[in-house]
Amino acid sequence: MSARHRGHGLLLEGVRRLGSATLFLVSLLIACVPALARPRLLAHQIYNTGARSLIIIMLSGLFVGMVLGLQGYDLLQRFGSEESLGVAAALGLLRELAPVITALLFAGRAGTALTSEIGLMRATDQLTAMEIMAVDPMRYVAAPRFLGGVIAMPLLTAIFSVIGLFGAQLIGVQLMGVDTGVFWSQTQDAVELRDVTEGMVKSLVFGVACSLIAVHEGYFAAPTAEGVGLATTRTVVASSVLTLLLDYVLTAEFL
Amino acid sequence: MSADRAADTVVDVRDVHYSIGGREIFSGISLTARAGRVTAVMGPSGTGKTTLLRLITAQCDADSGEVRVFGQELSRLSGREIYALRRRMGMLFQNGALLTDMDVFENVAFPVRQHTNLPEPLVRALVLTKLQAVGLRGAAELIPAELSGGMARRVALARAIVMDPEVLIYDEPFVGLDPISLGVILRLIKHMNQALGITTIIVSHDVTELAKIADDSYLISGGRIVAAGTPAELGASDSPAVRQFMTGSADGPLAFDYPAPDYTAQLLGESDR
Repeated sequence: MSARHRGHGLLLEGVRRLGSATLFLVSLLIACVPALARPRLLAHQIYNTGARSLIIIMLSGLFVGMVLGLQGYDLLQRFGSEESLGVAAALGLLRELAPVITALLFAGRAGTALTSEIGLMRATDQLTAMEIMAVDPMRYVAAPRFLGGVIAMPLLTAIFSVIGLFGAQLIGVQLMGVDTGVFWSQTQDAVELRDVTEGMVKSLVFGVACSLIAVHEGYFAAPTAEGVGLATTRTVVASSVLTLLLDYVLTAEFL
Repeated sequence: MSADRAADTVVDVRDVHYSIGGREIFSGISLTARAGRVTAVMGPSGTGKTTLLRLITAQCDADSGEVRVFGQELSRLSGREIYALRRRMGMLFQNGALLTDMDVFENVAFPVRQHTNLPEPLVRALVLTKLQAVGLRGAAELIPAELSGGMARRVALARAIVMDPEVLIYDEPFVGLDPISLGVILRLIKHMNQALGITTIIVSHDVTELAKIADDSYLISGGRIVAAGTPAELGASDSPAVRQFMTGSADGPLAFDYPAPDYTAQLLGESDR
């Protein structure tokens, strides 16, 4: 097979996947309506994807905030404006770091779990068994997991921001000696609602993208051990790349 | 076997052609399952017996020909109508296909909870009755991973009958069972059929076990029905294909080997395989 042929093949495969994901999204959104009527199922999935990702999100948020504190302080003190550390950290976290890093961690922690769970349900005939029992797996399995992810992502992002800011404060104020009052008052003055909105919109978009990819890959995984493994890998790769790509588009849109 | 559509026909497959990925699975297959009877579909592995079940349960559509269940042609039904139809059917999967994130009780209760709003005590009574019927009332608290293959299949059977289906479909129910489990499953299938009058369709290659319970049987090979009749008729048949299958011989009109190039040529040839 020539390189050009292979290129065509890859392109075709990419287009095919995009089309399949789009069709899947439409039927998923339709299935979401009845899924909303089952709050217990939905709550369980928010717990599964959200609450169970809390530790990794909080730990990462803390360290990212602390690194921001160190790097930001080092940079700002060169210009004698280390009291702006709070602003730098808050804006960086709210608008960029929290949504992006949360989405990347979500893809690795919750996305893989979703894909392999649904993929194994497919491989062990559980989804087929549901269909035969006249229970639509789109409504019972796919939609609650998708919605759970979409709802969990902005919540996790908000927690990431708060913990990150605490981490930056920990380094800047407690360690480097920036004045507490200045740190917080400058932050309060500079951060506007639209900065928070930007982060939340981003996290919502990432939530839709990452959850869609995870559920879609699992739902259409080849029903073998290898197939589920490959689908899980694709979830992480596609979610990460798409998150960064969407981030660029959204940032350009907001600025 | 008469070709007319008798009044008591529940499943009617007529001249169905079906192929997957260019490989023809069925080239004009016809069979019927009549109400209250046990219909066995036999055939060597890989002849599309499971595919036939997928056609009957509307998981896939025939390329041509028609599949009727309860008199309704499946290819004409909407998704909603198919789901309504499936509520009248039960199916037992080869591996049980139990939902792994809930225990045995919840697995059996699953269809009831999904389709009805029965009060909890009634659901409990219903589930325990069905579990008692398969002898696993004591296993209600176990999770599917703790069950043996035979137990999982019995739980799946309890789940398949919990909504009191009119038709019960079994996919290879005897595979990999020890003699006791096999005897239990066999008796259960018979009991479901006789006591509850459930129309039963069994797909299997286990000739001896099927002969004990089947009223009608079909032998599939090469995408066609090669023989039909009662198990006794099939046993007494002098058709070479039927004889070969009933006696389990590799040589005969039914191909045992997968199609391959000439043996000598491939062994001596310079092909890359």
